Amino acid sequence: MSRTQVLEGSEAVAWAVRACRPHVISAFPISPQTHIVEQLARMVADGELDAQYVRVESEFSAASVVSGASAAGSRAYTASSSQGLLLMTEVLYASAGLRLPFVITGVNRAVSAPITIQVDHQDTISLRDCGVLQFYAESAQEAYDLHLAAFKIAEAPDVLLPVMVCMDGWILTHSYEPVSLLEQEVVDRFLPQFRPVHFLDVNHPKTWGSYAEEDVLMEFRYSIQRAMEGAKTRIREVFTQLGELTGRDQGGLVEAYRTEGAEVVLMAMGSVAGTIKEVVDALREEGQKVGLVRIRCYRPFPHEEIWSAVRGAKVVAVLDANVSMGSEGAVSMDLKAKFYGRPGAPKVFPCIAGLGGREVAPEVVREIIRRALEGDEAEDGSWQPYWAGLRPEILP
Amino acid sequence: MGKKRKRDAAAEEELFVSGHRACPGCGMALAVRHILRATGKDVIVVTPTGCLETFTSPYGYSPWRVPWIHHLFENGPSVASGVAAALKAQKRDHIRVLAIGGDGGTFDIGFGALSGMLERGDDVLYICVDNGAYMNTGGQRSGATPLYAATTTDPPGRRSLGKRERKKDLPAIVAAHGVPYVATASVAYLGDLRRKVRRAMAFRGSRYIQIDTPCPSVWGFPSHLTLEVGRLGVKCGLIPLYEMENGQIVSVKRIKRKVPVTEYLRLQRRFHHLLDRDELKRLQEFADDTIRRYGLLGPSEKGGSHDREGGPER
Amino acid sequence: MKITIGAVVEGGSSLQYRTGSWRLERPILDHDACKDCGRCEEVCPDSAVHWEEAGFRIDYDYCKGCGLCAYECPEEAIQMIPEEK
Repeated sequence: MSRTQVLEGSEAVAWAVRACRPHVISAFPISPQTHIVEQLARMVADGELDAQYVRVESEFSAASVVSGASAAGSRAYTASSSQGLLLMTEVLYASAGLRLPFVITGVNRAVSAPITIQVDHQDTISLRDCGVLQFYAESAQEAYDLHLAAFKIAEAPDVLLPVMVCMDGWILTHSYEPVSLLEQEVVDRFLPQFRPVHFLDVNHPKTWGSYAEEDVLMEFRYSIQRAMEGAKTRIREVFTQLGELTGRDQGGLVEAYRTEGAEVVLMAMGSVAGTIKEVVDALREEGQKVGLVRIRCYRPFPHEEIWSAVRGAKVVAVLDANVSMGSEGAVSMDLKAKFYGRPGAPKVFPCIAGLGGREVAPEVVREIIRRALEGDEAEDGSWQPYWAGLRPEILP
Repeated sequence: MGKKRKRDAAAEEELFVSGHRACPGCGMALAVRHILRATGKDVIVVTPTGCLETFTSPYGYSPWRVPWIHHLFENGPSVASGVAAALKAQKRDHIRVLAIGGDGGTFDIGFGALSGMLERGDDVLYICVDNGAYMNTGGQRSGATPLYAATTTDPPGRRSLGKRERKKDLPAIVAAHGVPYVATASVAYLGDLRRKVRRAMAFRGSRYIQIDTPCPSVWGFPSHLTLEVGRLGVKCGLIPLYEMENGQIVSVKRIKRKVPVTEYLRLQRRFHHLLDRDELKRLQEFADDTIRRYGLLGPSEKGGSHDREGGPER
Repeated sequence: MKITIGAVVEGGSSLQYRTGSWRLERPILDHDACKDCGRCEEVCPDSAVHWEEAGFRIDYDYCKGCGLCAYECPEEAIQMIPEEK
């Protein structure tokens, strides 16, 4: 049913996309997304993948091409990073509003300026509000699996929204690991052809992309919110179904790692979870009660699963690889919004970690845990974000 | 066109029906009726943001009897490319893709996407319904606004005569991409317009037609004069009508009786500030240059169909 | 009425919206003068002139009174008269 190959993470994603048989692929090159779209181009050039590949002049157009293709009833795929994802922002809002399903790989990279190709989550987090579902992968294998699930979830008649699979640039896209690939027949059974609810059809002409006013606009926005919330059921179902095919259980909307009886729970997304798990294992050996909740699905926000996983903990220390300038990291804000006023809720310790490619080494994780246990709240009880690994000595 | 044929045309199923919210006398709405009359029903239409999108899509009320999508302002060409790619993948080859956008979405904010589409040669007929400003937001300057026209963001004043620059020569830029068909048309010559759309549909790949669509509301003329203003624009030489196939001009609409530019300008409020100014000469020179450049004066070549169609000469 | 997913609308539904109420002037077609050339139908931006067995008919449910048909008519068979409200 499957075969294992040592693959670069980008290649694993390309294999997943290929197995999903998209009709239309469109992309504009940006590091570190390039290896994915180059692999797909090779597959199309060699006739391994029968897809229309539209090589566009900008990310804005890449997202627009897949939106048009989706409206015409085709399965469609694009990928980008950093500035490219920001350039797509307006398109993604509109496509979510028009309920156009497609899949996009968000290869995480920090945002200018200064311009950089280093990894963090600022790019994809900036798109959290637009109505696109967001999954975060820890490994190349998980990135492969999540892409298979993403198409099925996006195209579900009760979802019909774009889905973004986020993966850390370089760390996941450019390193090699053994990846188990499903046979094509298995994927075909799991993911049948796209059957759109609406499509641009000359026999039943519909008008798509209307102008709306205050009498209905709020209901259109609410129906996206409802689709997002409802998608949680669909995601659990699809993840379970896929898990049965692959034999891999990477968790549901979140992965709870050694959270039983934990006093401090760390919370993170993406590849940094690997380092955190090592530290958790080491500290558990030393008798410390620590655990990790890794968010796999960030939008919709899985607060029910998080609550179950962190119940009884004293502190949740959130490692945000992003910052909302003038406030703090996005995940810690989400968590506080859901915890506030809930009896027995743990305190939230907001940390900015891994920004602009700054390494989150085991010592950094240990320091976060130390501070979480000691509690370094201000006198008024508020907990200011801790910028882990910051070099204050070079600040002007 | 003979009586019989006109009645037949009238009896055809209307693909752009009543009840849309264009201003009375809208040149753009009229152009769209005739575009669809020429293409027939097997088309998918993509329209970027603008007047056309606004007056045809208030939620719940659509005049389009062909599948239609509006996505954003700057991506009409790329959404159209996506639709075309999907149709190709689905082997729905008999369905054609039409993008109809205003000059703002075509000359300015959608220009990059347009160039990308043209360079790839995606199978889309892109039609710009050009009224030379951002009418949807009240008539601000665009790259298609003609020299000296008043707009709300480039108004005439003590230190200004309106738009300072010439209209961008977009058909030439489009042609430079090496596309098989480029034409200019005017809503004043509907037979010529329909013929050019039909001709464009005979080619595969990216094609472009730019249609002059006078706007009574913002150009400032009475709504019954939309075609008259359009005709005068052509007859004075400021709006040259021509078509290009594979980079070569293959036909021009000849001017039988040339009129001075003032006849065209004086009907329009947007040029009133210019009527007693010396700069008027510059516009006349520009019109004369255009006439020379395209060879617009003189009798039509034998067999040229473009002079027989269109409205009656007045 | 319930909203649709993605705000998708039926094509041709604008017929429910009668723009005739916008009209300030009403075109009156003189059938005796009319030579059935169809110019009025051709130039109407509102698709509000129709060919019927008895000749051309202006649909006042939608005609906005722009006057293009009257101005363009080669027989001067259409007169614009002020609309009485």
